[in-house]
Amino acid sequence: MNKKSFGSRIVAAPYMVWAAIFIVVPLLIMAYFAFTDGSGNFTVDNFMQIARFKKAFALSIIYAVIATIITLLLAYPMAYYMTKLKISSQRMVMMLIMLPMWMNFLIRTYSWITILANTGLINKFLGLFGIGPLQLINTPGAVILGMVYDFIPYMILPIYTAMSKIDNSLLEAASDLGSNSWSRIRRVIMPLSLPGVISGITMVFVPSISTFYISQKLGGNKDMLIGDAIEYLFNTGPQYYNVASTLSLILMVMILVCTLIMNRFGDDEEVVV
Amino acid sequence: MFKKFLSLLIVLVLCVTLCSCGYEYQNPELQCKYTRELAGTELNVYNWGEYISDGSEGCMDVNREFERLTGIKVNYTTFESNETMYSQLKNGGVSYDIIIPSDYMIGRLISEDMLEKIDMSRVSNYQYISDKYKGLYFDPAQEYSVPYNVGMVGIIYNSALIDEPQHSWGALWDEKYKNMSLNFNNPRDGFMTAQKLLGFSLNTTNEKEWDMACEKLKAGKSVLQSYVMDEIYGKLETGEAAIGPYYAGDYIVMKEVNEDLEFFYPQEGTNIFVDSVCIPSCVKNYDAALLYINFLLEPEIALANAEYIGYASPHTAVINNPDYHEYLGEEFYNILYPDMEALYPGDSALPENERKVEYYHDLPESVRMHYENLWLDLKLY
Repeated sequence: MNKKSFGSRIVAAPYMVWAAIFIVVPLLIMAYFAFTDGSGNFTVDNFMQIARFKKAFALSIIYAVIATIITLLLAYPMAYYMTKLKISSQRMVMMLIMLPMWMNFLIRTYSWITILANTGLINKFLGLFGIGPLQLINTPGAVILGMVYDFIPYMILPIYTAMSKIDNSLLEAASDLGSNSWSRIRRVIMPLSLPGVISGITMVFVPSISTFYISQKLGGNKDMLIGDAIEYLFNTGPQYYNVASTLSLILMVMILVCTLIMNRFGDDEEVVV
Repeated sequence: MFKKFLSLLIVLVLCVTLCSCGYEYQNPELQCKYTRELAGTELNVYNWGEYISDGSEGCMDVNREFERLTGIKVNYTTFESNETMYSQLKNGGVSYDIIIPSDYMIGRLISEDMLEKIDMSRVSNYQYISDKYKGLYFDPAQEYSVPYNVGMVGIIYNSALIDEPQHSWGALWDEKYKNMSLNFNNPRDGFMTAQKLLGFSLNTTNEKEWDMACEKLKAGKSVLQSYVMDEIYGKLETGEAAIGPYYAGDYIVMKEVNEDLEFFYPQEGTNIFVDSVCIPSCVKNYDAALLYINFLLEPEIALANAEYIGYASPHTAVINNPDYHEYLGEEFYNILYPDMEALYPGDSALPENERKVEYYHDLPESVRMHYENLWLDLKLY
């Protein structure tokens, strides 16, 4: 097992090449741009400019944290409920959760404009009763809603997978030892589903913090998130590639640190279990 | 099952043939003017999106017409901003025979030696171009460009939602329209609204003036609903937003959808632009390119384009065509071809950088970077 066979190396080779070209090399290019100026000389000036982006960073973090918490609160009971269904119903519900993901996420985001707009579906409906129009779109709430809607499948699926792997005999044993249903959830299901929660949080938090399109379409394009800032810089011209790369690098390091912390957290819990 | 499939297929085939026959355009006069000597060669055209009559809704398909007349195959691709087009050309690896950039970009392309001279003696229809648009600052000897469309920026508002505002850029800063007003989502046009309001030239190289314009925009940010480009269509047409600046030609298209929309040119002045046909230095089929330019200037082709695109034409045979005048109607005609002397009295007599109605000039790199950074600050603010 320790020694990888020649055969397995050959089989893995295409993807290794792929990963090298499309993952490692771009990362190196990004790092190179982050630490150089326009003419290719080493500099850390790019990092001095970060203060300009503090509001964008702060907004991104706040929105991403809120979106992740909401997603978790919605997804956890849903995943638990799913495991209680018949197998055929589980498949059906799984399909329904996956279904929106078959559509491009730009289109899914765009459809929220039609729903939330001042002249949109909700406000038209409320208008029938003489209410409104309420300011729904172009608010932070709309941006967070967009994130929750777009990323919630990434939270439900890993939690559901972790929960459905829990051996039923463990739950029976807990009952035999005097647990009521609440304490079964708290002391058996919660700890055992934690790895799913951890990967769910990572999979929602990471795209939320780096998102750029949702805020432009649902937030009125007025407040930039860090993803928007990076997009603007790259689109404006080559002279901004360096600062944009620096921002990307910082964002990546932030995400990496978060992931490491989350994983450490998860590992500890597993030891306890 | 098979029968159903077959009938479906027949319906489809019928649809396709019917649609393609829907439009038939024959003009024997043009037929003899254009030789088929270059038949079989290819011509690569690079233009703005939605910027040529393309055969939809029964209008003329200009490119297909050209192919039919000359036998030259037209490869048509589009860009969405002058800057995209510029970087495509600059990066190389592409080959275009015809491009249609705007004024300031033509200036930059000429100064960087990226355009080919146009042999006007072989573009006989050049005579139709209005003198007003000949010899402009970016191409004083008119050697590199042939005007295609012209236009000015104005303010569009929804008369069902708000009363007629004062004809000023200040309307975009007015608290009355909080969360109902829009502004441009690109630095140059966005700054233009503030620069005109403050009385600055659009082409100022004084960084202080750009800073002040940025402060003005920051102050107006809380009033705005959002920064938009083409999304403005949907927002104004549905009444989602009540007021916003855009190009006069686009107003005409929007008005067809929502009759409540109205338009005015702000008293402080505005931006005027010319988009012109040019031949880039990477040209492969120069003769066909000249033929194409001349073809675009044929009165009926120019008319079809003017009617389809909705922008003002620099083509005298179009402007003075009574049918076109009638087609547009009095309101639209006066918006597209305003009496400049009545709108901005004495303006055209002033030196260029003091005029209310200004073209964009290509600015030095340092100024460009300055305002691009300011725009970022505005968005981060």
